Amino acid sequence: MARKTVRQAINEALRQEMERDPRVILMGEDIAGGLGSPGEQDAWGGPLGVTKGLMPQFGRERVLDTPISESAFVGAAVGAAAMGLRPVAELMFVDFFGVCFDQIYNQAAKFKYMFGGKAVTPLTIRTMYGAGFRAASQHSQCLYPIFTHIPGLKVAIPSNAYEAKGLLTQSIRDDDPVIFFEHKAMYDEAVEVPDDPYTIPFGQANVSREGDDVTIITLGRMVNFCNQVADKLAKEKIGCTVVDLRTTSPLDTETILETASETGRVVVVDEAHPRCNMATDISALICQEAFDDLKAPIKMVTAPHCPVPFSPALEDIYIPGPPKIEAAVRAVMGHA
Amino acid sequence: MAGEIQPIVMPKWGLAMEEGVVTAWNVAAGATIAKGQEIADIETSKIANVFESPVSGTLRRLVAQPGETLPVGALLAVVADKSASDADLDAFIAKFSESFKEALAAKVTEKKPEPETVEIAGGRRMRYLKLGSADGPPVVFVHGFGGDLNNWLFNQEALAEHRTAYAIDLPGHGGSSKDVGVGDLASMTAALAAWLDALRIARAHLVGHSMGGAVSLQLAAAKPDMVASATLICPGGLGPGIAMDFINGFIEASRGKKLEPVLQMLVANPALVTRDMIEDVLKFKRIDGVDAALKKMRDALFPGGRQADALRDSLAKLKTPVQVIVGAKDRVIPATHARGLPGNVKVHVIENAGHMPHMEASSEVNRLIDEIAG
Repeated sequence: MARKTVRQAINEALRQEMERDPRVILMGEDIAGGLGSPGEQDAWGGPLGVTKGLMPQFGRERVLDTPISESAFVGAAVGAAAMGLRPVAELMFVDFFGVCFDQIYNQAAKFKYMFGGKAVTPLTIRTMYGAGFRAASQHSQCLYPIFTHIPGLKVAIPSNAYEAKGLLTQSIRDDDPVIFFEHKAMYDEAVEVPDDPYTIPFGQANVSREGDDVTIITLGRMVNFCNQVADKLAKEKIGCTVVDLRTTSPLDTETILETASETGRVVVVDEAHPRCNMATDISALICQEAFDDLKAPIKMVTAPHCPVPFSPALEDIYIPGPPKIEAAVRAVMGHA
Repeated sequence: MAGEIQPIVMPKWGLAMEEGVVTAWNVAAGATIAKGQEIADIETSKIANVFESPVSGTLRRLVAQPGETLPVGALLAVVADKSASDADLDAFIAKFSESFKEALAAKVTEKKPEPETVEIAGGRRMRYLKLGSADGPPVVFVHGFGGDLNNWLFNQEALAEHRTAYAIDLPGHGGSSKDVGVGDLASMTAALAAWLDALRIARAHLVGHSMGGAVSLQLAAAKPDMVASATLICPGGLGPGIAMDFINGFIEASRGKKLEPVLQMLVANPALVTRDMIEDVLKFKRIDGVDAALKKMRDALFPGGRQADALRDSLAKLKTPVQVIVGAKDRVIPATHARGLPGNVKVHVIENAGHMPHMEASSEVNRLIDEIAG
């Protein structure tokens, strides 16, 4: 099996779904590039080259370069989905959701509910998130808790290239609007990815490490950090289970509660700001449903409650990296 | 040869294996060991298994420490008789380590064999892995229901030492097309024959496991000229019994926790089933078309929960050398199916194995294949 980067895996999922289903179209700013100008076409393939090569294969009718107006093209994508296409819109940075949120949370998310279950909205919005790219506070946030909050939206957050291809394929085939989060620091990370199309079902977390002492529940880019910590501590005979949520909506509460109860010591790791994020949500769930199995207070490892700093030194401290995760695991282990 | 010092090295279990860990030694330094004796437990990222000694003699030194991660080919232990002095052993170990370092450095540029694909009649794609290169009929390994060419990780390299050895993915499996036609045994057998034609293999030693055993037997009966010998490991087709809780559990489980006890039915020792093995099966099952293919095969192969194809009567008519290898603790196809077979069929019962003797007792199975293939 060939190793592929996250960038290649996402490109392959888009290509295979466009080949399989003529209703799948792509929309976004510079996802091909060069529209209306005499120079090179497909010059960009998206700001980080993820969609490169798709316009030459499928044409401008299915790979649409849009004006720099999220409110217009996200709204158009919602409408296209309601009328029977399966659009994949690229919201370049999730930080820009503010100008197009009505179209997402008050329109796309509500159609099925308000039209008696008869309307489907098979829309996928791919969007970049996360810190570590020296892109400052307006291009570095982890805003998935806001989308997870809205009933009617599904939220997928892959942790590597294998997960990215399977979850994106599932997103495109899903009849509900899905917000698909891509961490901008992960595009060049490679793992083995099958050439054939495949889907990973939503709402099924992946247990990426198994251990008897501590359960680490996490998502997105943090999964690799947690795996590193688990592998390091395994050498000291501290066994960590690592749960990769894969999707925050739907949320795999069964695996969360089962793995939390098995060890009784829980660390939740979330790159988002600490108020009302996945870490608080999951901690509350465990406290309500598995309190009697806990041997220590739950530890949350998150970013601080402040905008992502532009200073590289501060940004590095901001990210909940392996040293902070390791310290949290040791802290729950040390609790009598 | 008197005074000969023999190395025992980290084995290579499958293409992907680059390193392994001796988790425990089951013998002490000074012990007399026999070839095939289980001397250590070895774990890789993919699999945990007992390690059977490749040589006989006195185990003079245990070089690998339990828990130590070592590359394939690294020295684990040294076997020698009394005529070798401690100084001889030290010199041997030092020399081995030196040349191993050079070999490792050279290996970085070496090209690893990769599976290939070929189009067979009907436009379907079949994936296979070729190892070794020698004249004479090759050995062809055919996996069972839900398996793939990686199932032969303990066998293919060993058999490829003196001959060409292929392992294939049947339709619906591994990297082959997921179109299984009507999904019955005859369609699998036709695909195997078409693959042999596509590779211009006129005659092969077939080694088939479970469903692949039934496929191999059916081909041997239908086209005896193509089959030089047949080794049938826990084969289907010899009786009606089949554990449908295995077949249905394999198809239905979409989570590791549910799949683990199903895969453990395959082996006598459940520790053989690792997390990575479970993950690989889940990844296979997620591929487009696999679920439909498995269900189609189940319905065609096991209507009413019994094996549809009765091939037992074809055995007596075979001119081709045939052997049947079964695990006494098989929980998927009863080992009793191997009882009362005609006299031209050699039957080998492996006591401590379940449905996967080629993994659970690989050196014994490899020896038997080597023997029948001549």
